[in-house]
Amino acid sequence: MAKITLKNLRHAYAPNPTPEDYVLKEIDLSWQDGGAYALLGPSGCGKSTLLNIISGLLTPSDGRILFDDRDVTDLPPDQRNIAQVFQFPVIYDTMTVRDNLAFPLRNRNVNETKIAERVAEIAEMLDVTEMLDIRASHLSPDNKQKISMGRGLVRDDVNVVMFDEPLTVIDPHLKWKLRSKLKELHQRVRATMIYVTHDQTEALTFADQVVVMQAGEIVQIGSPVDLFERPQHTFVGHFIGSPGMNILPATVENGRAIFEGQPVTLEGAVKGDGGRTEIGIRPEFVSLADDGVEARVRKVSDVGRHAIVESMVGDTPVKAMVEEAHLEQGALVHLAFKPDQTRLYRDGWISTEATP
Amino acid sequence: MKTENQKAWFFVLPVLLLVAFNALIPIMTVVNYSVQETFGNNVFFWQGLDWFEQILRSDRFQAALGRQFLFTFLILIIEVPLGIIIALSMPKKGFWVPVCLVLMALPMLIPWNVVGAMWNIFALPKVGMLGYFMNDVLGVNYDMTQDPLAAWITIIVMDVWHWTSLVVLLSYAGLVSIPDAYYQAAKIDGASPWKVFRYIQLPKMKTVLTIAILLRFMDSFNIYTEPFVLTGGGPGNSTTLLSIDLVKIALGQFDLGPAAAMSLIYFAITLLVSWLFYTLMTKDDAQ
Repeated sequence: MAKITLKNLRHAYAPNPTPEDYVLKEIDLSWQDGGAYALLGPSGCGKSTLLNIISGLLTPSDGRILFDDRDVTDLPPDQRNIAQVFQFPVIYDTMTVRDNLAFPLRNRNVNETKIAERVAEIAEMLDVTEMLDIRASHLSPDNKQKISMGRGLVRDDVNVVMFDEPLTVIDPHLKWKLRSKLKELHQRVRATMIYVTHDQTEALTFADQVVVMQAGEIVQIGSPVDLFERPQHTFVGHFIGSPGMNILPATVENGRAIFEGQPVTLEGAVKGDGGRTEIGIRPEFVSLADDGVEARVRKVSDVGRHAIVESMVGDTPVKAMVEEAHLEQGALVHLAFKPDQTRLYRDGWISTEATP
Repeated sequence: MKTENQKAWFFVLPVLLLVAFNALIPIMTVVNYSVQETFGNNVFFWQGLDWFEQILRSDRFQAALGRQFLFTFLILIIEVPLGIIIALSMPKKGFWVPVCLVLMALPMLIPWNVVGAMWNIFALPKVGMLGYFMNDVLGVNYDMTQDPLAAWITIIVMDVWHWTSLVVLLSYAGLVSIPDAYYQAAKIDGASPWKVFRYIQLPKMKTVLTIAILLRFMDSFNIYTEPFVLTGGGPGNSTTLLSIDLVKIALGQFDLGPAAAMSLIYFAITLLVSWLFYTLMTKDDAQ
């Protein structure tokens, strides 16, 4: 187990890259030993590339990777002592479950008594003990995925276990089970784990720290609560949450935000100036009130415990999440923005002081 | 009660007729010949299983059968591993993939008798490039019209040239269907190249290899045109394979009864060995 440090990491697949060719742009990151991390971002944001660089399947164009203080940038995957679980379960079809689990140890010439011990331990942890003598090709997808996880965990000297969207092919009702199994495994083995996904629920439930990526860059690193409550960038606000944050074009006059000609109170003092300014507020913190920003209801959707009211302020739609709403289309409403949850973004980045 | 609907027969009828005319009736004609003797004028005498006994006991048939098994065995033992090795060393992506595929497919596009004729000219001493090179440059005595060994080497090399591509293309199709994640996982698991072949590539190629081996078995076991054009079964009887011998008996000597009995034995052996191959190769999956 190790602390992982990425220094000035950049990567381009083209041989002589121009600045646009870089799929990873300047990644500087440090992951503590034993943590549970998630890499979250839309498809094509570079998260799988980053994962493959850490595992050694790819060599970065620039920058270094350190495990503790050891530079592993030029080491091949088998010498890095890492484990990786892929999107589609990888199992050795012709072997039994037992041989599958023993495979990484046998390749490293571990003695058979030790192998039997480790395999039994891992099988018990994954609840696959009774399947040990079955041919692995006969297993269901979720059990296959467990076996590929097991092959990663069976080595006790493993530095980091990486998951590359491991639940993609799993049935929805089993996803939840496997996810809690993962969380439980992390608590038991205390290995550093990195989980790559584009699914915010998976990322937020698994990780202590989530790294949000967009277009090859890290936009925010934080706990699930940080990401939800105080997104550093409009992208994070929009990407996390369902529905995402309202991003409303606004102007700033004398330190106050004006949205569609109506003043809006922000959480704190505005920093910087110039650029494109937008107000960001989550639908959870917009409510219907007696006074506030005037709006016309466009659509009300009932999502079970809540209703989402989409109303138009001028030409800008604003979503509000309310307990109950019996509103006609076109009705006039007043929207109240909770001041300490209303933030200003300048060119996408947050630019209000946090309320102390 | 369920009413039975007999209409379905009308839909099956065309296929039944087709199969009857192209398979059943010809085979029954052969069966008919195989148990009778004729001296012409459409007069037939019942012969029972005598022809079968005669064929099975004849040295000539046994020798041809032996040559046939030897030929097929050599073909499989050379073409299957060679095909796998070539498929493994072919590029997986990029500019060279279509080039390799076209080059591989070319020999298979040439008609069988043309292949025979090409190799005949190619291998003739004094005339062909191969014949000239062997005799006059290397100084090896190589003449397939005189020497049985040279004739055998030539028909084997010709078949390898003509049909290894089939094994290559099928194996290649199996190989490219393996997702990258398998190779990456194997790398992380620390598997050696041999283990990657043994536990990833070979199992993934198994289905297509089964088809390749079956096709190569049936084709090589029933081969006629190429060796016939190349050597005509000679020198002597040294390259007279079963089908060549069969044609000699049926059309050369016009012995319809023995030829029919031999056809049926030939057919039964092909069927039996194919079944054996298939059962053995798919046995693991059924478990």
